[in-house]
Formats: sequence, structure tokens, C-alpha cells
Amino acid sequence: METLLDVENLWVKFPSRQGVFDAVRGVSFTLGRERLGIVGESGSGKSMTGRAILRLIRKPGIVEADHIKLDGVDLLTKTEKEMRAVRGQRISMVMQDPKFSLNPVMTIGSQIIEAYRLHNSASKADAYRKSLEMLEAVSINDPERVMRAYPHEMSGGMGQRIMIAMMLIPNPEILIADEPTSALDVSVQRQVLDIMDKLVKERGMGLIFISHDLNLVADFCDRVLIMYAGRVVEVCEADKLHDAKHPYTRGLLNSLPRLDQPSKRLEVLQRDPEWSQTPSVSGRI
Amino acid sequence: MALTNESNEERPMRALFIDRIWPTLKVVISTIGSIAVTMLGLLFITFIIGRVMPIDPVLAIVGERASQAQYDEVYQQLGLDRPVIVQFLFYIWDVLHLDFGISVLNARPVSEDIARVFPATLELATIGIIIGIVTGVPLGVLAAVNKGTWIDQIARLVALIGYSMPIFWLGLIGLLVFYGILGWVGGPGRVGIFYVDVVPSVTGLILVDALLDGNWDVFKSAFSHIVLPASLLGYYSLAYISRMTRSFMLEQLSAEYVTTARVKGMSEWNVVWKHAFKNIRVQLITVIALSYAGLLEGSVLTEIIFSWPGIGSYITTALLSADMNAVLGGTVVVGLIFILLNVLSDMLYKIFDPRAK
Amino acid sequence: MSNTQTLREWLLTETPTSRRHAKISAFYHGWLTLRSNTMAMIGLGILVLMLFVAAAAPLLAPHDPFTQDLGNRLAPLWSDGHVFGTDSLGRDILSRLIYGTRITLYIVTLVTLIAPVAGLLVGTVSGYVGGWTDTVLMRITDIFLAFPRLVLALAFVAALGAGIENAVIAISLTAWPPYARIARAETLTIRSSDYISAIKLQGAGPIRIITKHIWPLCISSLIVRVTLDMAGIILTAAGLGFLGLGAQPPSPEWGAMISEGRRFILDHWWVATVPGLAIFTVSLAFNLLGDGLRDVLDPKAGD
Repeated sequence: METLLDVENLWVKFPSRQGVFDAVRGVSFTLGRERLGIVGESGSGKSMTGRAILRLIRKPGIVEADHIKLDGVDLLTKTEKEMRAVRGQRISMVMQDPKFSLNPVMTIGSQIIEAYRLHNSASKADAYRKSLEMLEAVSINDPERVMRAYPHEMSGGMGQRIMIAMMLIPNPEILIADEPTSALDVSVQRQVLDIMDKLVKERGMGLIFISHDLNLVADFCDRVLIMYAGRVVEVCEADKLHDAKHPYTRGLLNSLPRLDQPSKRLEVLQRDPEWSQTPSVSGRI
Repeated sequence: MALTNESNEERPMRALFIDRIWPTLKVVISTIGSIAVTMLGLLFITFIIGRVMPIDPVLAIVGERASQAQYDEVYQQLGLDRPVIVQFLFYIWDVLHLDFGISVLNARPVSEDIARVFPATLELATIGIIIGIVTGVPLGVLAAVNKGTWIDQIARLVALIGYSMPIFWLGLIGLLVFYGILGWVGGPGRVGIFYVDVVPSVTGLILVDALLDGNWDVFKSAFSHIVLPASLLGYYSLAYISRMTRSFMLEQLSAEYVTTARVKGMSEWNVVWKHAFKNIRVQLITVIALSYAGLLEGSVLTEIIFSWPGIGSYITTALLSADMNAVLGGTVVVGLIFILLNVLSDMLYKIFDPRAK
Repeated sequence: MSNTQTLREWLLTETPTSRRHAKISAFYHGWLTLRSNTMAMIGLGILVLMLFVAAAAPLLAPHDPFTQDLGNRLAPLWSDGHVFGTDSLGRDILSRLIYGTRITLYIVTLVTLIAPVAGLLVGTVSGYVGGWTDTVLMRITDIFLAFPRLVLALAFVAALGAGIENAVIAISLTAWPPYARIARAETLTIRSSDYISAIKLQGAGPIRIITKHIWPLCISSLIVRVTLDMAGIILTAAGLGFLGLGAQPPSPEWGAMISEGRRFILDHWWVATVPGLAIFTVSLAFNLLGDGLRDVLDPKAGD
């Protein structure tokens, strides 16, 4: 499979008064035209990994890696200005809650048009037309009204579809979806996922799907990295997730209720301090 | 047929009324109500102050050597024989008619005096707030963007010094250095002594009047006189505006939509000004309105230092000569402007923030 | 040596053994944060020095602050026996400055005893009782807030007559509303908490709840606000003094001293400059300390 992104030995560090805190510790993986899931509990460093790829870790945070190669070019050697041509146009990201990730005082139209015009020298009219098409592509029925609306007038599901439209309009090769459905009502989660899946497939993109939801990831992705305390503890094919071997993954699976195997009592996850000591498992192919 | 026609035309009207006009109207009504209550409170306080004054208002008019009969006559004229509540109602009635009584000092109506001196204060405070906005907002944004660096520290120090300086003292030092020693600016007063009353007073704002008259010499003289006190006031509003801008910006810069803008591939400049700054404009309006009101009052001490014939000087002079009508009249006017600016900023907030509707 | 080590460990423990231990430990943590803030420590240092100067004024002052020497009036800086020169009546400026710290401290102390306490009272009652009481009290607070502070203080002083005590009353009358607002906001959050219901079930009356449970929790946010307000209080007091409405001559109040020196500003600049610097230093010290305290007690507001 063609490799889009190749990450080797990625570290994210935050210096603090008590010493350096490592949020991500030596994570390696590759991404092709596939759906790669990253699962972990909050604080496991999964979101940091996504943001580190875009070099969006804010000071005083530090990103270190042997390389983060996009089509063979190391992103870490790029200047900030060159990085801006990567962001949006080649790698994009959808965040958790559209309530916060859309600018509340700008109309939705102006935000989508802006995303398009940042990377395409199109006239305003062309950008407008293109935005309408994109909104239709994410199944929004009355795109013209939505273009004029403000984010607070949208429901969560609508907001997230708008977010997907905005992030895909420059036609990037890779989309990072950081808990894209966690803030949504259960009833619309599936719909948003399906739309995202369809677009990613149609365009032959690579998708990094970050989530805390094991079942969702097993369902939705091709391959899964399981992270714990900044490290990748296990890598496996998504359909074989239920046969995972690492005690952490097993513990997570056992702490979920299952309809097909009802049990009287759910297990409580027992953590072994050794897990956070052993080096990261590589997710490179 | 006719029925459907009518309802078709009426429905958008009604919808328009319910969606757009009614909420605005509600804001206007409640605003007027709150102005009225606050105004009433303000008048009550000034009325009380006027009542507890150790100065006898009758004696102030008739003089020490008046006979008992004269005294009683004026006592009744002033309505002091009526119950307090009636006196208060009369007071409100007078104020509503812009009647603040007669100045004991110069025997002219206080309202005329205030109308005469107010433009001077307005001119000074307006130029002051413009200086404050032009310098304070960028400084605050710069400090927020560079949080924790030496730029932030300097901005913090500049503001803290502004908060800590006695304005009248800084004014004195300014006069000493820039007028006394360097001679760069005009001294006390609004214009040079040769230019007083040269241009006809149309607006009362001397810079504008000079321009209307096309008299450049007066304009230059007025400008050289206003530069120093206006810069001083500007520095004070800079301190407040820059601190508030910084904290608003920090809140916005940590918001997720800023990350969205970065993910889109925007330059940091555009992230800051096109996205984050847009979100603080409404809050900034409030801060600017408040500090403008603060300048209108803060000019009291500045006006004294610079012999600026504005409302601050007027109140203070009246105070030192126990001219109570003038003091209270001036206080009511300044208080009213204060209240109106507060209300105005509230209303602008509701109008400009898309979320407030 | 080992003894101090254990004391430090005892203070920094994560498992306090008693309520008092936890309180002291939290206090020590706050102190460590404050100590790392250089600017706040400079502010604190200046204030401690000022307290010392005020207390030891008679020992430190080289001259009597009231003794006039008309033969040696307006002596320049560094002249014989007068480090900061003399004023228009030949009085030693340094000695007057030193005695002036007492007046400044006196005013600040009185105002900070009156205004926050009044605000606390109004705010907690308003927040706890609610209903019409709340509406009326908050309307009154708003009216005072809507008033320009200095002009209101001027009007009050005009009514009450000039003098330090009246200046204190006038400043307090204009300073209490923000405290009432803060105390009310705190009360509203505390009032609806579960432990207040628990205390009510135990039979505690409103007075006991307000004084024993609500007041102590309002204190820390009030302290920050008071420290930040001190500078404003000093400046307002100095402004009143400057206008001749505060401390009366021959009292060595700093604002009044500037006012005296104003007439000679062009030829004898130090007479007005030196007391101004003193006001500036002290209010800057309060601002620096207040900024630092806010970072410790209310980290969210700091950034």
C-alpha cells in the first residue's frame, strides 16, 4: 500500500516546574489510503499525536521525532510558512465539538469560503459556488440558508457536517478526525460518520480517527493503535481487535458491556505500572 | 381569495415583528426602565447631599445681614417649608427641565454654565480616548499573543505604572518637562492667550471651530495645548484598555476555533486579527465606553492642573466656593453621561453580538 | 538542619493529618507561588518597608515635620541636613514624607476596614435572602456603581466638610459596591451547595450560616480585590488632598504636599515631585502585590 504519512519516534514534551512531562513517548506509525484508528483514554496522548503531526502544539510544548514524512518530505524541516501550505491543503483536522471549533461571530459561509480561498486563487463567486456544493456533499439540504447562518443557530450534527465540509473543501490527502462524534447526540453520530467515511473513500484519502470508543473504532477503522500513557501498547487489525493480547486492551474490552456475552459484573480495569515503562510498539508497515 | 391574499401579506410582517422588532423593542423598553431607576437613585443621592450640606442655602442667597422677613421670604421661595418628599419631587421636576438652579457665584443659571464648559471636557476626553484606543488595543493584543515573554512583561509594567501614577502629579511633571523645560507644547489653558475668543464658538470644540473658521493659527495653538493633557488621559485609558484587551484575547486564543483557523493553514496574523480579534470587538466596546466615561470624570484633576475650563474645573471651583447648586448640577450631568454610556455599551453589546439575539 | 527539612516536608505533604495542617499546607503552597513572582515580592518588600517607616517615623525623621524655617525655604535637593530639600515654609521634605506614610496607612486601613465589610454585608444578605431584598439592594449597588467615583467623593466631601475622616467616609461610600457584587456572586454559588442544606437540616439559622459558612469563603476573592483597590484608594485620597478636600494643612499628607509644591513647579520642581514619587511607589507596590496575589488565589483571572 502507498504510504502517505510516515511517523517515526514522535515525542511531545511539556517542560513544567516539576520537570519535563512527556505527553507522547516515541510513537511510530505509517498511514496509507486507509482508516487508522487511535484509541486511548483521556490523557493517553492520542490528541497530542494528531496535533503534533500538524505541528500545532503550542508553546511551551516541544515536538520531537526522527521524522514525520508526508510523501517522503519531512514536515519537521519545514519552515512555519511552508507548514501553512501543508495545513488545510494536504492535512486537515476535524475537532471534537463544533460548538467551539467554529468561529461564533462569523457566518458559516464566510468560514468555508475562507478555507477554500486560502489555498485556491478563486473568485468569491466561484468559492461561494464551491462551498454550496461542498455543503450539499455533506447532506445539508438548504445550503444557501446555512451559508448565511451563524454557528450557534446550527445543531451539533449540522455543525460537525459543516466542519467536515470546511476541512475537506481544499481537497487534502489526509484527514485527522479528533473525537469527531463524541460531542454529538447518539442519534446523529452514525450519520456524521457515514458522511465522513463516504467522502474519505471517494477522494482516496487517508484518515486518522482518534477516539476513546473501542467499539466504534473496531467498527469503523481498518487498523487500530492502542495508546496508554503516551505510548502505543498494541497495534492490530480492526476486525481482530477482540482478539487483542495486551492486558490493557483486554482490560478495556472486558470493562465494556456486551450484548452477545452478558455478564453479571463488569470488570474494573487493573493498571500495571509496567505498561507505561515498556517502549512503544511500532505501527509502521 | 381575499382572505389568503391578506394573510400572505400579513404573515411576513408579523414574523418580522416577532423575530426582529419585538426583541429590539424589549431591549429598548427595559433599557429605558433601568435608566429611569438609576437616574432616580442618582437624583436621590444628590438631593440628600444637598440637604445635609452644612451651608444654609437661604443665607447663601440673602447674605448674613438680611432681616428675618427677607430670610423667611426666600425660605418659602425655595420651597424649604414644604415636606421633604414634595421638595424631592420639585427637585426631579426641575432637573427634568434642565433647571439646576442659579449659581451663587455668578448669579447665572447653572445649566447655562454647564453647557458652556462641557464641550471643553468633551474635546479633551474624546482625544484622550482615541489615543488610548489606538495604543491600548494593539498593546493588549501584542501582550496576549506573546504571553509570558518580555513583550508581555513590558506591557504589564506599562499598564501597572499607569494604574499607579497620580494623574495630577504626572500632569505637573509633564508641564514641567514638555512646557517648562523643552517648550514643545502649549502651557495651561485651551489656546494661547492671544487666540482666546478669536474664532466664533459654533460647536464649542475649539479644534473644530478653528477648522470651520479656517483659522490655522488658532488650530495649531489649540492643538499644542490639548496634546499633553489628552496624552495623559490617553495613557490612563491605555492602562485599562490594554489589560482588558489582553485578558479577552487570551481567552479567545485558547478557544478551539482558533485551532480550526490554524488547521486551515492561516497565517498567525490573520488568526489573531481576523478570527480571535473579531470575537472580542463587542467586549471591547464595553471597555471603551467605560473608560471613556472614566475619562470624562477623570479629567477633574487633569483640568485643574492644565487650567482647562471644563466641567471638572467648574465643579471643583464651585466646591471650593460652596456654590452647592453648581456642584450638584455638575454631578448630575456627569452622572447622567456615565449612566448613558453604560447603557449605550449594553445596547451595542446586544445589537452586535450574533449570539445575544 | 534535619529539623527544617522535616518542617518543609510537613508543609508540602499531600496527605495532611488534620484540617489545620491542610490549611497551613495550602497557605504554604500559595506562599511558594507568590515567592516565585519577583514583581510581587518587590511590591511586598516596599510595603513592609513602608510599615516600618510609619512605625519608626519619630526615630527616622531627621527633623520635626512641622517646624518652619523661613530663612531656609525651598532649599534644593541634597542641601545641608535636608536630603530632599525644604518646602515653601522651610520644612524638611524628607521628614514630612516619613510622617506622611502614617496618614496614607491610616486612610488605607480605615477604607479597607469599612468598604469591604459593608460590601460583604450587603452582598451576602442580598445573595442569601434573595427576592425583593436582592432586587432592591442590587439596584442601589448599581446606582452607586453608575456614579463617577471621584465626582461622587467630591460631592460627599463637599457635604460633609473637608478633612481626613470625611475623605475616608466619602471614599468608602464610593468603594463598597464592587465588593457587594463579588460577595453576592460568591454567596449565590455557596447557597445552593449541598453542605449548606446539610447545615440547615442540622438546624442552623440564616445568621449562623452567613457568618460561619458564607463569609469565610468570600474572604479570599475579597482580599485580592482589596489589594488591587488599595492603589486606587491611595490615588483618590491623594487627589482629594491635592484639591484641599482631604487632610488639612499643616498635615504632611502627600497629595496636599504636591498641591503646595505646585506653585513652584517650574523653579523648585522637587517640592512637588518628591511626594508624587512616594505616592507612585506605594500604589505601584500595592498593584504589584495584588497582581501576584491574584495569580495565587484566583489563577483563572490571571490568564
